[in-house]
Amino acid sequence: MAAATPKPVDAVIVGFGWAGSILAMELTEAGLNVVALERGQNRDTYPDFAYPKVIDELTYAVRGKLFQNLSRETVTIRHAPSDRAVPYRQFGAFNPGDGVGGAGAHWSGVHFRITPDELRLRSHYEERYGKGFIPDGMTVQDHGVTYDELEPFFDKAEKVFGTSGKANNINGTIVGGGNHFEGPRSDEYPLPPLKNVYSAELFAKASANLGYHPYPLPAANASGPYTNPYGAQMGPCNFCGYCGGFGCYMYSKASPNVNILPALRLKPNFELRANSHVLKVNLDGTGKRATGVTFVDAQGREIEQQADLVILSAFQFHNVRLMLLSGIGKPYDVASGEGTVGKNFAYQNMGTVKAFFGPDVHTNPFIGTGGGGQAIDDFNADNFDHGPLGFVGGSPCWVNQSGVKPIAGLALPEGTPKWGATWKKAAKDYYAHTLSADAHGSNMSYRDCFLDLDPTYRDIHGQPLLRMTFDWKENDIKMTRYVVGKLTEILKSMNPKEVSVSVKKFGDHFDVRNYQTTHLVGGAIMGADPRTSAVNKFLQSWDVPNVFVIGSSAFPQGTGYNPTGMMAALAYFSAHAIRTDYLKSPGPLVPV
Amino acid sequence: MSSSGKSLDRRDFLRGSLGALPVALGAGMAVGGPGAAAEPPAYRPKFFIAEEWAFLRAAVDRLIPPDAEGPGAVESGVPEFIDRQMDTPYAQGALWYMQGPFYEAPPELGYQMKFTPRDIYRLGIAATDRWVHDNKGGKRFAELDAATQDDLLSQMEGKKIEFPDIPANLFFGMLLENTKEGYFSDPIHGGNKQMGGWKMIGFPGARADFMDWVDQYGKPYPIGPVGISGTRG
Repeated sequence: MAAATPKPVDAVIVGFGWAGSILAMELTEAGLNVVALERGQNRDTYPDFAYPKVIDELTYAVRGKLFQNLSRETVTIRHAPSDRAVPYRQFGAFNPGDGVGGAGAHWSGVHFRITPDELRLRSHYEERYGKGFIPDGMTVQDHGVTYDELEPFFDKAEKVFGTSGKANNINGTIVGGGNHFEGPRSDEYPLPPLKNVYSAELFAKASANLGYHPYPLPAANASGPYTNPYGAQMGPCNFCGYCGGFGCYMYSKASPNVNILPALRLKPNFELRANSHVLKVNLDGTGKRATGVTFVDAQGREIEQQADLVILSAFQFHNVRLMLLSGIGKPYDVASGEGTVGKNFAYQNMGTVKAFFGPDVHTNPFIGTGGGGQAIDDFNADNFDHGPLGFVGGSPCWVNQSGVKPIAGLALPEGTPKWGATWKKAAKDYYAHTLSADAHGSNMSYRDCFLDLDPTYRDIHGQPLLRMTFDWKENDIKMTRYVVGKLTEILKSMNPKEVSVSVKKFGDHFDVRNYQTTHLVGGAIMGADPRTSAVNKFLQSWDVPNVFVIGSSAFPQGTGYNPTGMMAALAYFSAHAIRTDYLKSPGPLVPV
Repeated sequence: MSSSGKSLDRRDFLRGSLGALPVALGAGMAVGGPGAAAEPPAYRPKFFIAEEWAFLRAAVDRLIPPDAEGPGAVESGVPEFIDRQMDTPYAQGALWYMQGPFYEAPPELGYQMKFTPRDIYRLGIAATDRWVHDNKGGKRFAELDAATQDDLLSQMEGKKIEFPDIPANLFFGMLLENTKEGYFSDPIHGGNKQMGGWKMIGFPGARADFMDWVDQYGKPYPIGPVGISGTRG
């Protein structure tokens, strides 16, 4: 029950992953008194990610030590508004984090921007292919912000993350060596690309031979020693292969813990409170102004933290849930299509192709780095003519060998039994001779794919769980089948013994049982119009202007790329607007 | 999916499922199915009782049998691994959202039953042995020959047979998953003895430093595995 009320602060930050740590840094730099509340435990490289105990596939990647504890809180899922949703009881398709660093502690490190086309997806497709090209029920929107506006913040995020990569286009000048299709960059990457593992080398050669444009994946895994603008230091990645699902023992993978917290924790106007679970944002009598948040502390006490500014920076779906639980904005209503909070929930659309070689080709798949590899963008975004294909979206394709570990990662040719002597022989014959490539596709948003509060299931605090209504649609399956076909041709050209293709079939339903990605987006989307977006382009709530909602919750649809780099740039863009304009005159940054 | 409604208390389990069967096997006794290899110094199970332990040893050694390619599951300590896992929050269902109501749902929406891994083993082993008793002349699973064991496991995997108290393929799936975990996880967890699973496929375990081999394109990695505790293979 109610306990002591702590001193009011200028800003309270809810969730301490990438978004929360970026906002905390920016707002303390601006001189504000900032308290960050993180529901999970404190974590740091030492002792939590130290060698050798972190090199344990069972404990981390399989049992999910760094993932959200589902016994306390999860989501419910259904395929259609007419279905009954049931809980996501065990980890499968996605692995949100908790604890200091959030999913930013256990991510892999692929660090993209966004393609300029995808920022204005609806306008772009309508201009190039005509108004009728986007099918009914597909509710894709423009982000309401341009690539040029975001560019300085993409650049800033790369410098903070110590990202390894190669520019191709610097201020419109083609310098070569990077992604042929990229938008113009103001600067090179802060570090050169990581070395290619053998599989990536094979992929780059094969795709170049077919006329495509391979480039090194931008990776927030340091290719050399690096000191970021905050003075935080990174060590060179040694390709240990324990990135996604693990903390990095080498200080090589960018994380809030390594890249921001060392500078932030020295600031006297900053306080981080772990084990502090926020229940809701409190609003004043008008419902138009937040007064702070109520949270449950480590001792189970309910405490009110007053603040002038509330930053929601939890994982994508937690941001949406907190808005719904707090009455911020109008909940989305699937029947009428009105309301914005929960609207346009979208995801990623993966296809995977594996090549199995004979005993003489050693791909050594255990050698890896989470963000490294070789990619092509020839079938991503609108880099290819969609007119005759009749679908919206695309997929970058890549070999992103991030360390294949045998419990979860061992893959065998199709038709191999799952046990017994034949399975065993195949495991021995193929493990070290396998190459895996992905088509990491976009996922469009739809009128009937959304988030709301579940009527039945509750979390450990008695609050309703968030309910996902989501399924795959024909457009997206068409897209992934087309691109996976192209990817399969690339792998077949390497002359492996066998190729296995994992791709969605028409009519396939969203399957939560197998990992896909943790790239969930939307539900608190950004835009130019308060009738169709929950936050403005500065990620400020249209309805409660002293609440900012930072995260991939702002994406109006799923992008071809991984979301973290885009999310980090939006966080810096939002923080910049708060520092330059909002603090001088608190109120709406975009007139309603 | 509704449950059996039965208590999973051990006494009920014995009375209801195995009380009529002769108890012939002591904990830690090496029995195993045909072809089971010699085990390292006897491990005394803490969760599984004698009859369950006999089943476990026999079944996992069919899932990963010993042969010239590499060690079998028993030789690798998989039964010990699974028994030790039973004493973790995972096996108690404490990592899963376990609040009801529990409904049957499309398989794509994932696990929707109220059983914890401990429950699944307790019910699944009893159900399998009961089925064998009723259909194979009063025997237990561990007493069947290897071909009959394989056939039964395949039927469980493919939902060709059903048990009254628990879906056969749910039990089979968990058994297979945990068997592979025990075969391929770090030896600190009790399985993968002498890192035999890792050596068979060429996985270097906790080596975790490959700067010298990233661009040695196409060459086999030359160093054997190392475990978290410092043991080398």
